[in-house]
Amino acid sequence: MSSSDVEASADSALLERLRAGSEDAFGEIVDSYGPAMLRVATLYVRDRSLAQEIVQDAWVNVLGGLDGFEGRSSLKTWIFVILGNCARRRAEREQRTIPFADPHESSLDASVDPDQFFAATHPRWPGAWSSVVEDWRTLPEDRLASAEATDAFRAAIAKLPARYAVVITLRDIEGWSADEVTTLLDVSPENQRVLLHRARARVRMSLVDYFGSEAE
Amino acid sequence: MIQSEPLSCREIVELVTDYLEGSMPPGRRLGFEEHIAICPPCRNYFDQFRHTVELGKKIEEEQLPPDVREALVNVFRDWQKDAR
Repeated sequence: MSSSDVEASADSALLERLRAGSEDAFGEIVDSYGPAMLRVATLYVRDRSLAQEIVQDAWVNVLGGLDGFEGRSSLKTWIFVILGNCARRRAEREQRTIPFADPHESSLDASVDPDQFFAATHPRWPGAWSSVVEDWRTLPEDRLASAEATDAFRAAIAKLPARYAVVITLRDIEGWSADEVTTLLDVSPENQRVLLHRARARVRMSLVDYFGSEAE
Repeated sequence: MIQSEPLSCREIVELVTDYLEGSMPPGRRLGFEEHIAICPPCRNYFDQFRHTVELGKKIEEEQLPPDVREALVNVFRDWQKDAR
């Protein structure tokens, strides 16, 4: 059995119990997906209590739609699609989405500040680095993976537009596959990679600042 | 194999996720690896990028706060009542 087959049969067992009204089954799903749902909802509205309402709202819709769920996607993906819809609706109503004019969005298309490279027309080093790139291998491992470093990671995500924040959260923190995120966001695989790359590049920049300031 | 144009550093930094995801054509992949092998700043950038990805994996999932979980169980109970 492939991993998706395993997932599908676990899904159908869980669904059967859920439809039969098992509170234990509900508790299991809530404990597996609830924390990630809350985290994702927070990325849309940047407010913990609003995010909690969104997660509740999503569950009302999930339970209400249970009989219509046909298993064409995994249970997890289906739940998160519903969550995303609830979150976007709510964010629009509350006008908490990050505006398009956000400075982070406009500069997102370059992974590195263009000023850090020689011009493409440079006679000797076209498009080569003109600035220093720190060697993190010289940093002690416990500092690279410290609680402060993961805090800096999260703070960087919180500044990203929601779509970018959702992609990096699900891929790199929650460990979702590229296919799962592509299905969830209904984007092309290329688009998913672009969103992920830009989000990672932005987080890397924040970490450069963080490790740089720490060294001084 | 078709030899593609050599990649500049500025191009390399945009291709790291494509490389890590295994979504580059073989010729491009080779060009990327050759560049990284001879370019110390790009090697450092690549290493920083990989560390960034690894750091994300180390962020631990917190549990739901008890009151949030309780509220969700109530959603379930209400749904059940309505279903009967």
